[in-house]
Amino acid sequence: MPYFLAYEQLNDLIHALNALGYRCLGPQVQDGAIVFDDLADAKQLPWGMRDAQKPGHYRLQKSELNEAFAWANGPQAIKPLLFKPKESLWRVERDATGAFTFKETLPEQKPIALIGARACDLAGMAVQDKTLLQGKYVDAQYRWHREHLLIIAVNCSYSGGNCFCVSTKTGPKATSGYDLALTEIQNGFVVEVGSDKGRDLINTLHCHEAEAAKIAAAAQRSSDAANMQTKRMPKDNSRALRDILMNNLEHPRWQEVAERCLSCGNCTAVCPTCFCHHQTEHPTVDGDGSVHAREWDSCFTEGHSYIHGQVVRDTTEKRYKQWLTHKLGTWWDQFDTSGCVGCGRCVTWCPVGIDLTEEMAAIAGESNVVVAKEEKDP
Amino acid sequence: MEETKPRIAIHKFTSCDGCQLAFLHLGEDLLKLAEKVDIVHFVEMGPINPTAKVDVAYVEGSISTPEEAKRIREIRANSRYLVTIGACATAGGIQALRNFADTKSWMQAIYATPETISTLDTATAISNHVKVDYEIYGCPVNSQQVLASLLSLLQKVTPTARRDKVCLECKRLGYVCVMVAKGEPCMGPVTHTGCGALCPSLGRGCYACYGPAENINTDALTQWLSSLGLSDAEISRRFLFIQNSAPGFKEAGLKLKKKVP
Repeated sequence: MPYFLAYEQLNDLIHALNALGYRCLGPQVQDGAIVFDDLADAKQLPWGMRDAQKPGHYRLQKSELNEAFAWANGPQAIKPLLFKPKESLWRVERDATGAFTFKETLPEQKPIALIGARACDLAGMAVQDKTLLQGKYVDAQYRWHREHLLIIAVNCSYSGGNCFCVSTKTGPKATSGYDLALTEIQNGFVVEVGSDKGRDLINTLHCHEAEAAKIAAAAQRSSDAANMQTKRMPKDNSRALRDILMNNLEHPRWQEVAERCLSCGNCTAVCPTCFCHHQTEHPTVDGDGSVHAREWDSCFTEGHSYIHGQVVRDTTEKRYKQWLTHKLGTWWDQFDTSGCVGCGRCVTWCPVGIDLTEEMAAIAGESNVVVAKEEKDP
Repeated sequence: MEETKPRIAIHKFTSCDGCQLAFLHLGEDLLKLAEKVDIVHFVEMGPINPTAKVDVAYVEGSISTPEEAKRIREIRANSRYLVTIGACATAGGIQALRNFADTKSWMQAIYATPETISTLDTATAISNHVKVDYEIYGCPVNSQQVLASLLSLLQKVTPTARRDKVCLECKRLGYVCVMVAKGEPCMGPVTHTGCGALCPSLGRGCYACYGPAENINTDALTQWLSSLGLSDAEISRRFLFIQNSAPGFKEAGLKLKKKVP
């Protein structure tokens, strides 16, 4: 049974998380965007803010509602917390006898409670779980962060101009992966419990069960957000895209997009499922030790396709083709899912506004624009 | 033991002296480094021996006088490896703007007795004059990159550097894109990584002081900057700035300059 958490209880929630030993992160306005940072008081939340998103364009503006979560998404959410942009993997040290010893470096930090993850962020995390947690090889660092993360999701009540999670079936309402899920309604939130940790947490807050009218209002918010979406992924992001892409490797569109693409890698960095990285050695000057670290890399760099003396993908056309065919196509072969969760970040944060749904539409011959309901069935 | 230490020299040509500071800024690591190598010529730090034979010569600055054109050949002959550091040494630097102007008329406009000044008509990169083994970009270069290059050479390993765009580093550090979120013109998508996305970290656009990254698309960036409201002259100046003579930037800048009435 869902609960109701009043606005006045948000600080109780933050305090309860702190009491349980969590570092609490929540959305707030910084540098012209909604980003996640330490949250000590509910006042820090982006009350009354809304994001306007277009390809290559993100602006915050005042919303007509004085709500805390009346926005779609910011440049990042869960990915940098679990699959960190830079992280050391192991350390090697020369001991007193001159022998080298290798030591795994696991994170030493407080567990994190994240408030405000969206359904698309959770879907992205589920895809990264497949890659880094559920395969033959488990990533030790990712697992550590994953086991030390508590997620309080917030269901969207608004969709930005680049959102298309309805077509990818990953939102706008979260269905799994959260400890608690909130839906903002008048004066507070309808709260759904997703885990034992979430249940223990809500029990400390003495919330009342939400009455039917509140539950209906929450359902309406999710449905309003879904109806706002104007963008879609052709073929509803299905496995069919794999064959369409692989059968069109010589399509003229690849050259056209390469003329616009900066090959900068921003799309891959903001994508919640991209996991490519490189590893580097950081030796001490005296030669007595070294830290082996990894950093986010991208299929848009030369280093990423450098194999034994040559760069395999030396042109932007090859790199863009790699990105799209993997993300929407061969991801299915590898992980039995699409690599796209419909968050639209790669569209918004592309410095020249390249829209992957539009590129896919050009190759698939199916529109990326949602036909309004009234037009479909009058 | 002393004689077996590798010998290092740091030379200066036409430049502001800022890149050499990359060594001095190493702090404690400089002391450790000094135990491993002999720094035989480094005017900014003390030792002076400009004609010494060395294992690695680090060269700062561009070639802009007849004396410099001669001196760099001597340094090349005296050095096993020659590494250039900074925009001046790798691409001519800000002073290479003279390459697009009439040096003589500039001299006459500025100096009382221009005939007493011995200078070339151009300021050019070290690699235009002698073989360079490794180049480190930046204005100024980053201490850690310089140190990494030397540690690699000491281990007899070819130094490597990421040639990615600034954007990736900006994203790794969690900075909000100034171009997407504020419409601030930014050269990050064509600029070589290495600075730690310093300008975007302060909310301003990258001004390309690290020079061109690999596989850049100057036409696409030009078009986008134009859509943000920049004139051809303004975009041209962004390419023809500190790295004005670097391949890619020079062509992009001059193409736009020609369009300016």
